[in-house]
Amino acid sequence: MKIPILQLKNILLASIQVDLTDEDALEFQSDVLRKAAETDAAGIIIDITALDVVDSFMARILNETATMAQLLGAEVVISGMQPAVALTLVEMGRELTHVKTALNLDQGLEKLNNCIAAKNGIVTPREGNRRDND
Amino acid sequence: MTKKTMEIKNQRDVIAARQAIREMANNLGLGLADQTRLATAISELTRNVIQYAGEGTCIISDESDQTTLRIRAVIEDHGPGIPDVDQALADGFSTGNGLGAGLPGARRLVQDFNLESKPGHTKVTIEMIRRKW
Ligand SMILES: Nc1ncnc2c1ncn2[C@@H]1O[C@H](COP(=O)(O)OP(=O)(O)OP(=O)(O)O)[C@@H](O)[C@H]1O
Ligand SMILES: [Mg+2]
Repeated sequence: MKIPILQLKNILLASIQVDLTDEDALEFQSDVLRKAAETDAAGIIIDITALDVVDSFMARILNETATMAQLLGAEVVISGMQPAVALTLVEMGRELTHVKTALNLDQGLEKLNNCIAAKNGIVTPREGNRRDND
Repeated sequence: MTKKTMEIKNQRDVIAARQAIREMANNLGLGLADQTRLATAISELTRNVIQYAGEGTCIISDESDQTTLRIRAVIEDHGPGIPDVDQALADGFSTGNGLGAGLPGARRLVQDFNLESKPGHTKVTIEMIRRKW
């Protein structure tokens, strides 16, 4: 099960649409990191709206992916986590500690862009278009 | 009373097991939060079966009566067993390269959790219990 990773300017976008086996999750992790390095991406959004279970393994993969992406210079935002999934993770004591989260893809993109701009020392416009940085 | 027995031999079976318990929970009227707790607990426990014992079984059943809604899952394997159960249930203990979060995490998601293990046999029983009204 290959998860497509799309590139929008300096951002990578992946949407996980099906339940992943552990192997799928590991493959996705290495794909995303490889692509981040290849494209010199400034940010990555992983949308998990369709995931109805995020167990300790998946949580670890997401955390690790974010940490490693940061080492490659890319910020990561996880968008669309279902409320019941978030609740379960907190109850298990497994919050996504290293990852920024957003309610949906739209807010995720905004958060990511703000965060990339802040990192590059650009003052973000309060609303409307954001600038590309280079 | 409905009951379902599932072989746990690979990753696909882990996904099937958590979908099955979610469906049972949904049919019995449990909400999304409880469905997700159960599915996540099953995911942790059946993954352990694959990881440490190679294969096993997962039996889910509806044990409800007039006053109480009760879903039980029994996850069993004939692998090496767990030498020190208390240690295995502690946060952060792992002989794999995991975070040691599976057993203690699953335990926090359900009302009843019982782990018995000896060499050649490990059995985890969990129950979600909700009062009917
Ligand atoms: N079915 C089993 N048979 C044998 N040993 C087990 C079994 N389940 C768990 N264990 C032992 O208990 C330890 C703790 O299990 P737990 O699921 O909490 O953490 P983990 O699997 O090591 O890591 P994580 O689940 O966080 O990825 C395991 O490392 C393993 O030594
Ligand atoms: Mg485990």
